[in-house]
Amino acid sequence: MNVMNKIKKTAGLIEKAMNLLFLMCGMLTILFVLLITVFLVTSGIPAIQKIGLSDFLFGKSWASTAVPPSYGILPFILTSVYGTCGAILIGVPIGLLCAIFLAKMSPQGIGSIVRNVVDLLAGIPSVVYGLVGMILIVPSVRELFHLPDGANLFSAVLVLAIMILPSVISVSETAIKAVPKEYEEASLALGATKTETVFKVVVPAAKSGIITAVVLGIGRAIGEAMAVMMVAGNVANMPKLFGSVRFLTTAVASEMSYSSGLQRQALFSIALVLFLFIMAINVVLNLIVKGRRQNG
Amino acid sequence: MKKFITFAAALALLAGVMTGCGTDNSSSKSDMGGKKAESSQTVSTDGSTSMEKVIGFLSEAYMEEKENIKVTYNPTGSSAGIQAVSEGRCDIGLASRDLKEEEQSDLTATVVAIDGIGIVINPDNPVTDLSVEQVGRIYTGEISNWKEVGGKDAPIVCIGREAASGTRDGFEEVTGTKDKCKYSQELTSTGDVVQTVAGNPNAIGYASVASVNDSVRAVSIEGIEPTTETIQNGQYKIQRNFVLVTKKDASLSEAAQEFFDFATSEQADDLITQAGAVPIKR
Repeated sequence: MNVMNKIKKTAGLIEKAMNLLFLMCGMLTILFVLLITVFLVTSGIPAIQKIGLSDFLFGKSWASTAVPPSYGILPFILTSVYGTCGAILIGVPIGLLCAIFLAKMSPQGIGSIVRNVVDLLAGIPSVVYGLVGMILIVPSVRELFHLPDGANLFSAVLVLAIMILPSVISVSETAIKAVPKEYEEASLALGATKTETVFKVVVPAAKSGIITAVVLGIGRAIGEAMAVMMVAGNVANMPKLFGSVRFLTTAVASEMSYSSGLQRQALFSIALVLFLFIMAINVVLNLIVKGRRQNG
Repeated sequence: MKKFITFAAALALLAGVMTGCGTDNSSSKSDMGGKKAESSQTVSTDGSTSMEKVIGFLSEAYMEEKENIKVTYNPTGSSAGIQAVSEGRCDIGLASRDLKEEEQSDLTATVVAIDGIGIVINPDNPVTDLSVEQVGRIYTGEISNWKEVGGKDAPIVCIGREAASGTRDGFEEVTGTKDKCKYSQELTSTGDVVQTVAGNPNAIGYASVASVNDSVRAVSIEGIEPTTETIQNGQYKIQRNFVLVTKKDASLSEAAQEFFDFATSEQADDLITQAGAVPIKR
């Protein structure tokens, strides 16, 4: 009897200890996010105060080392927005059709090959995308459009479009697969062709999942730095499709190593703006997921 | 029993993580202090990425001679190196530019070598010679076609470095184009510049003469090819100094002083030449 009690006691203790451990690990994640938030806000605010919020956000010229310096990040914000939109415009249709192929149309063998390749695409480091972009896409864009230089927004959009494919494909594929088979069967039984069924029944039914995929793609595209830095030219111009541009991410990355004083603080402020963008995207994502749960 | 094992394993892992953090912290702290470095005979240098080769050759040769001394190099950029030495985070700061006025108040700069900045173009480009003024006008956009300087009828693509790069600073200062350059690309390393110019027939770029390789061609400036002699005697116009930065009010550690003397002695000339830079005239 005594032994039994002891065993029970130790088991209870272990249970409590494990619970504590799990809780700690959970808290650790929250702690990291909090730390990053606090760090970014405290180091990002001073420069914004010095420069002035509207001068900072809507100033059209960035010349951090000039005398006197100007710190307007509108070119970066617009470039990031345009670049991301471009990547979504090109990447989402391709990704969505690929997901439909994988979920509904593909013969067994080809399907698994494509799926493996998509996974591989997701695992390629972004610097490799950048390198390929720099050596293949940039010269091709230059020759194709008869430009003096191929490092521009368009090249960056192409690279980003390829980079967002894996997340768009895998999330939309899951969403499409989750559509009840009965919907499809009913549509086919009513005489609709397979294509009609896919576009008029399956895709609308998987709508919120596909939107989630798009939002994830936006997140990936807006946060990408390395690959973009190697193909976009990195000059702080207002965005033009065939002009050299600098993204929010690359603005931080390209100057950080050398910066000092207000310039450095301003880079932190750019990071803060980027962080707010990502936060907004996450909020949108959460709202969509919540909406989906309520609907379903 | 299984639970026990998992629990033990989890604890061990956690302990591993904790100690991992611990050692990390202490090591970074000792780096920050810079005091520990002296006792273990380490000479820490920090700064200009363009000086990597020079400092690499110097420190390697020096360490071969003195086995108990270790010379470290942290490639952070000229401004960062100057900041590091003024904050005492390293023994010697490395800068590929002269000190700014506000930096001169508590820091001393000693020229260790001269770096010629090569103006590089694509090997397919027929242009062979430019003047400093032409280079400046090309970069400010006043000259925008190669035919204006004797080349083909093609637009000029200006490749440069990111703001605050030592090479860019040196280049813009010599050519009088400070903050007026209209770049088509701002790249973050010398290698990227060479690579990009090699890949674009209409591009022009600037890079340390040491980094110029066969994939691009360095043009002569006002008839003077960038060679050791022309850089040393100042005939080749586009050049800048590599300097060792030290604190005025604090003396160097014994090891650091010895390395400093070695680097600025005649002994170092060959090494500096091997590293692709030009030793100072003695």
